[in-house]
Amino acid sequence: MRLTKISAMAFAALIAGAGVATADESAELSIEGKTIPTRAEAPAYLENIDEVISGWVYRSDETQTLQADDFDNPAFVFVDTGADLFAEADGSAGKSCKDCHENVEDFAGLTTTLPRVNEAGELETLTDLVNECRTERMGAEPWKYSGTQMTAVTALIGLQSRGMPVNVAVDGPAAPFWEKGKELYYTRVGQLDLACANCHEDNYGNMIRADRLSQGQINGFPTYRLKNAKLNSVHGRFKGCMTNVRATPYKEGSDEFEALELYVASRGNGLAIETPSVRN
Amino acid sequence: MNLTRRNAMALGAAAAATIVALPAGAATFEEAVMSVTGGKEAAEGGDLVLTAPEIAENGNTVPVAIDAPGAVAVTFLAIGNPNPAVATFKFGPLAGSREASTRIRLATTQDVVAVAEMEDGSFQTAKQTVKVTIGGCGG
Amino acid sequence: MAKGVKPRVKVPKSASAGDSITIKTLISHKMESGQRKDSDGKIIPRSIINRFTCDFNGENVIDVTIEPAVSTNPYFQFDAKVPEAGEFKFTWYDDDGSVYEDTKAITVE
Repeated sequence: MRLTKISAMAFAALIAGAGVATADESAELSIEGKTIPTRAEAPAYLENIDEVISGWVYRSDETQTLQADDFDNPAFVFVDTGADLFAEADGSAGKSCKDCHENVEDFAGLTTTLPRVNEAGELETLTDLVNECRTERMGAEPWKYSGTQMTAVTALIGLQSRGMPVNVAVDGPAAPFWEKGKELYYTRVGQLDLACANCHEDNYGNMIRADRLSQGQINGFPTYRLKNAKLNSVHGRFKGCMTNVRATPYKEGSDEFEALELYVASRGNGLAIETPSVRN
Repeated sequence: MNLTRRNAMALGAAAAATIVALPAGAATFEEAVMSVTGGKEAAEGGDLVLTAPEIAENGNTVPVAIDAPGAVAVTFLAIGNPNPAVATFKFGPLAGSREASTRIRLATTQDVVAVAEMEDGSFQTAKQTVKVTIGGCGG
Repeated sequence: MAKGVKPRVKVPKSASAGDSITIKTLISHKMESGQRKDSDGKIIPRSIINRFTCDFNGENVIDVTIEPAVSTNPYFQFDAKVPEAGEFKFTWYDDDGSVYEDTKAITVE
């Protein structure tokens, strides 16, 4: 009975606070009893903002609450699927991810550093790494960039870094990619003639129709969106934004989106990984 | 007809008027409740508590909950949806309470209704208006 | 059987005899409402989970009739009495005739 009352009260409390469309910006994110910081001091190279803020802060109380419990968070049914896929042999080598990576927990910290430049001098994302394993070591077909299998496995791997601060490299071999991503971020595109920065740097926190603009941080990806009730990839989200401003989107996995992913990830350096987050 | 902008607008207005004139898919509160009670009256303001957000960030996933002391079954209705029925919870002998929650779809801003069938065969009802917002740029 | 359907259930591992516990369930399912049209303008046929039940040692806890207005990946939370140690059985019924089941054992302290 005690459990029942508590959950009923929690529910009533979250509803009571929902009288306005704007969220409680001072709310603290605690997942399964562990506090996850949703704000951090902006890295020095961000000239126009002082603080980097998780998109969780701008969501309604109900959406915020969904992310606070790993059962209530619908993304976890896909994380479970990801764990099954991780252990499932595929391809001519007859191997699964697990045959080489025995404990998925060993990936803790990996996504804080992605995208990164590999030894061959190429920029690589988590999706690239997964598909490289599939094609090079498993003899399997690559997964579709934002398909259900890929987002399930990248969510599983990303979850291992939850709570750890984003820390992508922006200098050294990453510098040219980062510069390219930065240029894309500030370039106006499409019929609406908008750059990423116009909404997500100049206007975060403001309303866009009945919705609130966030900083467009990607520390929670893949993210479960209420809109389409599935996990969404970073590149899928970029594509959505470009379509909305009536631009022709780049392709998922393109050099442009990978560079933009690095730059946008770097705009969240210091923020905690929230994968898999819940957004509207 | 020469389709000028003015004509196109007039056509649009006529089309809109047609839609309004038709009996909308949405049921009235009374009709919706009666469909559950089989024509019996349902009392408002009893012990039945319906919890739903005042504003839903996305109509696809709206959390709703009921607490219906003494109920044998509770039906959720969304009377502004094309089909108002949402779900019916029947409590079995091992139900630990008369509370339940789920997540529902709301096509538009509307009243969400709960109808509880009580142990004595009477009915109670409660409703709550939920505003469904349209996302930013739709992306 | 619809593709990629996966149930999740949260039940405490133990309880005191006679206690009431909270159960949460979720199943991944598209819940195609039958209201949507595809790109050719044809109605996409309805395909939903239309019923969910929870039983404990063969006795019913809750029986839910589900319409298309329940969200994708249907979620239910409710309470159950635990008179003795035993097994919860969860059953989801799909429009296509598939039945998905999950069980969870609980001990009594």
